[in-house]
Amino acid sequence: MPDLRGLYQEVILDHSKKPRNYRVLEGADHRAEGYNPLCGDRVTIYLKVENGKINELSFQGSGCAISTSSASLLTEALKGKTLDEADALFEKFHALVTGQAGGKLADDGSLGKLAVFSGVAEFPTRVKCATLAWHTLKSALKGEKETVTTE
Amino acid sequence: MATTHHSVSKGEHQKWPAPIDVERVRKDFPVLDQTVHGKPLVYLDNAATSQKPLAVIEAEERFYRHDCSNIHRGVHELSERATRSYEDARVTVQRFLNASDHKEIIFVRGATEAINLVASSFGRKSVSAGDEILITAMEHHSNIVPWQMLCEEKGAKLRVAPINDRGELLFDEFIKLLGPKTRLVSVVHVSNVLGTINPVREMIEAAHRKNIPVLLDGAQAAPHLAVDVQALDCDFYTFSGHKLYGPTGVGVLYGKANLLEAMPPYQGGGDMISSVTFEQTIYNSLPYKFEAGTPNIAAGIALGAAIDYLNGIGFENVAAYEDEVLAYATEAVSRVPGLKIIGTAERKAGVISFVMEGIHPHDVGTILDQEGIAVRTGHHCAQPLMERFGIPATTRASLAFYNTKGEIDALVAGIHKVKELLG
Repeated sequence: MPDLRGLYQEVILDHSKKPRNYRVLEGADHRAEGYNPLCGDRVTIYLKVENGKINELSFQGSGCAISTSSASLLTEALKGKTLDEADALFEKFHALVTGQAGGKLADDGSLGKLAVFSGVAEFPTRVKCATLAWHTLKSALKGEKETVTTE
Repeated sequence: MATTHHSVSKGEHQKWPAPIDVERVRKDFPVLDQTVHGKPLVYLDNAATSQKPLAVIEAEERFYRHDCSNIHRGVHELSERATRSYEDARVTVQRFLNASDHKEIIFVRGATEAINLVASSFGRKSVSAGDEILITAMEHHSNIVPWQMLCEEKGAKLRVAPINDRGELLFDEFIKLLGPKTRLVSVVHVSNVLGTINPVREMIEAAHRKNIPVLLDGAQAAPHLAVDVQALDCDFYTFSGHKLYGPTGVGVLYGKANLLEAMPPYQGGGDMISSVTFEQTIYNSLPYKFEAGTPNIAAGIALGAAIDYLNGIGFENVAAYEDEVLAYATEAVSRVPGLKIIGTAERKAGVISFVMEGIHPHDVGTILDQEGIAVRTGHHCAQPLMERFGIPATTRASLAFYNTKGEIDALVAGIHKVKELLG
């Protein structure tokens, strides 16, 4: 049986109530909006990228505990990372929350704090909440102007 | 019109049997007897779709086991039986709505298709550049988008009557919007998000004084209120079978015969014609003019079975019982600190939408699900209404006559669990 405490871990609750890097980033050179029409979650990601490295990033938006904390933890995880590292982390995160990693990634330390989202795999309807910020990030880095949706 | 053998008068409505024995009623719905995540299922998503009584499940099965055949043109026994059952269901629907003639009952896929039919057929013929269609701020997307599409095509304008913070129509504003350019009023009878029962009789009277026809979207009303299209004097009425304890894939458009006669067909194909040559087609008479192609025969028959089942319980009993549970639920839910009910109209049916301070509806839905409680979270296909209230989404508990006060207690306990986990 899926475990609610496994989904709503303390770190997730903390970041959903007190999201980090929650602001408009002045002078951002990349920006994208994400939207989950299923639940109305919205997120905007702002980035400053220089020489293939994410120097600064922030977000704003409104959504459920999972999507807000995911965006917040994303901004913490990617600061100072190269675009290649960000890509790799996206793939790992995606494998984690969709259950494709079979529990391996949660323990190997490669995801850092993001491992708290391992419980999402037990709740298929919530995968989109966890990945919205990440899809939006990808879109921002590609320079796409249109709103990303999870549909 | 009241001369056909299918006609009914109001006086013929049946006597209502005894009040609802909910434990007995629940036995008629096999799906209710199960556990979800180890807890007894509490199904409170009836406004999305209702559960089906055995009578409906068996009617579908009987058709496929014994009578499966296409309708209307076969000369063989099975086709004869299928046709008879399907047309009997039409008469059952006619009586359910108290329409004056069975030919005013058009079978469609659901309320959405019914509205699209009117937008496409009536709209194309009667709406021109500069004309207006009037809706309200509490419409479902299915009663917004077809009109937007029509307005875009014709250069017409969609007007929206506003509502107050309780979720009630501002009647005076509605009256002001009925103008010389208004070609149709299309309004929801009962809101799927707020539960508001609109004052449709008064709205229809006001529109008719200006010769404006009125469509009522009855998707949420038909399962909760006794509908009498002649007493209401509405010009069109729509509902979906699956929200009325019937199967998915069938719904009804009622239209006044004189309006339907004057409207062009909606789709072309078999069954909607009386003769076809490559030069010319002569359309079939009502209701078949609007029923191109093989319909969902089994679903139509089973919708008839659903209405028969409801008649057996007594529709006034259904309404009275649901009102009692709704009042109990409203009282219990509103006592939860930090919870706000969205939609507090004086006249409501079947629905409680709410938001919780600092907790997103999607999280509420997940936690309630773990308690075996099925509710809906999101914008409920009414995004403009969410915007009106300045919220992205709500959690919605919607009732049927098989819900118990005990289930409401479970819901309230579930909401407290949500607060404990996330508050």
